[in-house]
Amino acid sequence: MLASRRTVAFGAAVAAFVFTSGAALAQKKYDTGATDKEIKIGHIVPYSGPASAYGVIGKTEEAYFKMINDNGGINGRKISFVSYDDAYSPPKAVEQVRKLVESDEVLVVFNPLGTPSNSAIQKYLNSKKVPQLFVATGATKWNDPKHFPWTIGWQPSYQSEARIYAKYLMKEKPDAKVAVFYQNDDFGKDYLKGLKDGLGEKASMIVAEESYEVSEPTIDSHIVKLKASGADVLISITTPKFAAQAIKKTAEIDWKALQIVANVSASVGSVIKPAGFENAQGILSAAYAKDAADPQWNDDPGMKKFFALLDKYYPEADRLNSSVVYGYGAAQTLAKILEMCGDDLTRANIMKQAANLKDFAPDTLLPGVKINTSATDFAPIEQLQMMRFKGEKWDLFGDVISGEVGH
Amino acid sequence: MSAAEEVVTEAPAVEAVPKRAMTLGLGTSLAVLAALVIAPLFVKNFIIFQMTMLLIYGLAVLALNILTGGSGQFSLGQSAFYAVGAYTSAILMEHAGMNYALTLPIAAVICFAFGFLFGQPALRLSGVYLALATFALATAMPQLLKLHFVEHWTGGVQGLVVTKPDAPFGLPMSQDMWLYYFTLAITIGIYVASVNLLRSRSGRAFMAIRDNEIAASAMGVDVALYKTLAFGVSAAITGVAGGLGAIAVQFVAPDGYTIVLSISLFLGMVVGGVGWLPGSIVGSAFIIFVPNIAESISKGLSGAVFGVLLFLVIFLVPHGARQVALVAQQILGKLKKN
Amino acid sequence: MELFTNQVLAGIATGAIYACMALAVVMIYQAIDHLNFAQGEMAMFSTFISWQLMQWGVPYWWAFLITLVISFAGGILIERLLFKPLAKAPVLTNVAGFIALYGIINSVAGLIWDFTIKQYPTPFGSSPFLGSQLISTHQAGMIGVTVLLLVALYVFFQFTRIGLAMRAAAALPESARLVGINTSWMIALGWGMASAIGAIAGILIAPVVFLEPNMMLGVLLYGFAAAVLGGLTSPLGAVVGGFLVGIFENLAGTYIPGVGNELKLPIALALIITVLVFKPAGLLGRPIVKRV
Repeated sequence: MLASRRTVAFGAAVAAFVFTSGAALAQKKYDTGATDKEIKIGHIVPYSGPASAYGVIGKTEEAYFKMINDNGGINGRKISFVSYDDAYSPPKAVEQVRKLVESDEVLVVFNPLGTPSNSAIQKYLNSKKVPQLFVATGATKWNDPKHFPWTIGWQPSYQSEARIYAKYLMKEKPDAKVAVFYQNDDFGKDYLKGLKDGLGEKASMIVAEESYEVSEPTIDSHIVKLKASGADVLISITTPKFAAQAIKKTAEIDWKALQIVANVSASVGSVIKPAGFENAQGILSAAYAKDAADPQWNDDPGMKKFFALLDKYYPEADRLNSSVVYGYGAAQTLAKILEMCGDDLTRANIMKQAANLKDFAPDTLLPGVKINTSATDFAPIEQLQMMRFKGEKWDLFGDVISGEVGH
Repeated sequence: MSAAEEVVTEAPAVEAVPKRAMTLGLGTSLAVLAALVIAPLFVKNFIIFQMTMLLIYGLAVLALNILTGGSGQFSLGQSAFYAVGAYTSAILMEHAGMNYALTLPIAAVICFAFGFLFGQPALRLSGVYLALATFALATAMPQLLKLHFVEHWTGGVQGLVVTKPDAPFGLPMSQDMWLYYFTLAITIGIYVASVNLLRSRSGRAFMAIRDNEIAASAMGVDVALYKTLAFGVSAAITGVAGGLGAIAVQFVAPDGYTIVLSISLFLGMVVGGVGWLPGSIVGSAFIIFVPNIAESISKGLSGAVFGVLLFLVIFLVPHGARQVALVAQQILGKLKKN
Repeated sequence: MELFTNQVLAGIATGAIYACMALAVVMIYQAIDHLNFAQGEMAMFSTFISWQLMQWGVPYWWAFLITLVISFAGGILIERLLFKPLAKAPVLTNVAGFIALYGIINSVAGLIWDFTIKQYPTPFGSSPFLGSQLISTHQAGMIGVTVLLLVALYVFFQFTRIGLAMRAAAALPESARLVGINTSWMIALGWGMASAIGAIAGILIAPVVFLEPNMMLGVLLYGFAAAVLGGLTSPLGAVVGGFLVGIFENLAGTYIPGVGNELKLPIALALIITVLVFKPAGLLGRPIVKRV
């Protein structure tokens, strides 16, 4: 009994050796989740709960990969996109990611959203050597290849963006009195740090700091308090709903301060329009992606592809929602590095290619903003361009600035 | 207009569960135990992880059962005690390098004190007022954890990463499996202790208070002591669950311990059968697995599907799993006769 | 001193929001002796319905009236279909039902109208009220409508037969039945009214907080707190409670150093609990005497 089993095993080994050595010229290497026919991509995002507005990112990415599959896949392999809801809760995120890795056996975990969820899964994914690719949060800590070689960010970090605002203020309004209004979580606090670091010795420009909780129904009273500080610049580190409330309230109480709004809340459709165009004139922000509400991109070839994708695969999407644009850009970046991997679909090679992007420009990024990574630089997008709101849209001005944050 | 006072003769908010029906029969208990012990040997690590979470939330629901089903005090604040237990374990493990097993009794003691203290002002509140007070506690906790002057210990909004322990003495099992058996042992211990508590004099005092506080007081039960004791015990058990949760998930953060957790535990208690300790694990299974089922049915409408499934359950078995067990018992009884 | 008055005024403005919601909470409590977790979501859903009507071209006041009717009917429907079967079930099971309803309404609203915020019009305009930049005409209008509602409810409960019947049915159901009151329909009516009041609250609140499925989350909690503070049996208490919570919260945030800002909600709730310890039925509620 045993002998024949051993023979079969030996025969199989010989056969395998023959086949693989024959194929050595076109070497195919796979880790769990990749085969000749398919690549399994794992994904988590809040589809329910207080942060469910971001669920559209998952839906956009799903549409993108469907389109890729209809066009033959990547190097002949179809993408299987497995996306779960983490309800913005760290324990749930851990459960879902373990499910993806151990039960669904995906190749990588792509674009997980939110700092708490990502903090929860970072150690696990790194210990299992599963790529935590293009993390969907701007927290600065994802750019740490020395300690977390399997984790890489995507969007410009909050600190990068804040430094750009700091630079702008020091140049254009060196005598400004600055009030900072921030969300009391990792997002707000990371920004605040970047702002203070960017101002350096001129951090005394900040005359008032006020935080708020997401559970508050309205932040109007905070704005009233900040106006009383006598500041003439308001930096609004807020998520869309609260950014809109702040814009509306500052106009209502006639507070003539220069308002700078964080990029996550610069969306025309989700923030400026509800707040009222007339209230938002002169507001500043910065962008790295094209705004679908801006008619200057209507004939842009990249955006045309974006609109075509939505038309065919996700028609009910709200095009003016910047999360939708975001999802497209991230998905395109993943597609690019999978393509660059060729037939070597090991997790190590995926990280290698992710760290090897040179001047890659997805369709939806602003002209001049390019993705660059290296073995020591795990921050793909670091550039932003400032913009001012005029009429019913944002006017980009100045150069594309790099907000690089050193370690 | 009538009197300035409102006179109320109301039925107790929490109905009594007869003492003998409080637990499963011996045969069923052994069968369940056997299943829990043997199952991990045949499944993947991820399933073991889910089973560990099942036990942990089961403990938390058990604690709530003692508090609400036992002493009739309504609580939506269990997530606060869970969080304190979790952070105690995490801080002791990560900042003081303590062995994980030792952190649990400490978490229990700290949470007992915390619950006992909270029980004091809660003495004068009942029903919806107590609900609001505990709700306040639950909403306050995440914000307390984020305060900047404890940030150095708690890690603030970023939270703390916790190291998972290996099996001791070089036993040939994965971290997940070891943690599961460790949790199982603790769970069984607490379950047995809880059943004994409810059968003891203290337990009778709890139930007397639950059924009619004024009558109990008139009969000499020290209502204040037992009510705060119930809070303390319940908080302690929840704290242990929290500590185990921190180790299993390997991460603590304020956003993981919101009012949603309290509400989930409450739902687990109702689905399992209020006051019926064995139902705790059924309730725990409900709150862990049904949301996943709802998500697989419809990602966009997962909340609605969950709500519908919950409604189905409470329409069919308003008294929770206990009702199912009773019906099963009756059927078995009839079969035995024939 | 100026800061103090500013914060008080701002507190009154936000307090109006809480007062509105608290009225709906008290309404449902009067009818069924419980707090309905899904109250806020029902209000939100009604507000969305009115928004949708306006998107389809219906003028504001017509949309308002139609929504009230739909909301009233919807409240009765929900009670008849979902909660009447649970009437004999334990209290806690009913509470689980409220939670389930919350999930359903929130999820469905998110699916139909998605989670991005929408602007919601106000019939009162948004210019400064009486020249003050702290209270806009809308907020003044909100306070005005709340007071009107309050008066209407008072009249309803004190001077109409149905109002009296409803109070009787909630206080002593068996005795009420003995005198011929259909307690079951009183409950349904209570739900309908609470739903309609919630709709008004939502329609008033939306212009300030922006319309989106999660807009009522924080408001409901404050509404509960305000209602409990004022006394769950007193609509006037609810309104007073709402304003007090709004003012206190702002003052705590401004004057308590260090943590005042980060702990606004817990501090407000702590205050309410303290009040309850001394006055268990709330500031204006009728003390409850329990008979053994």
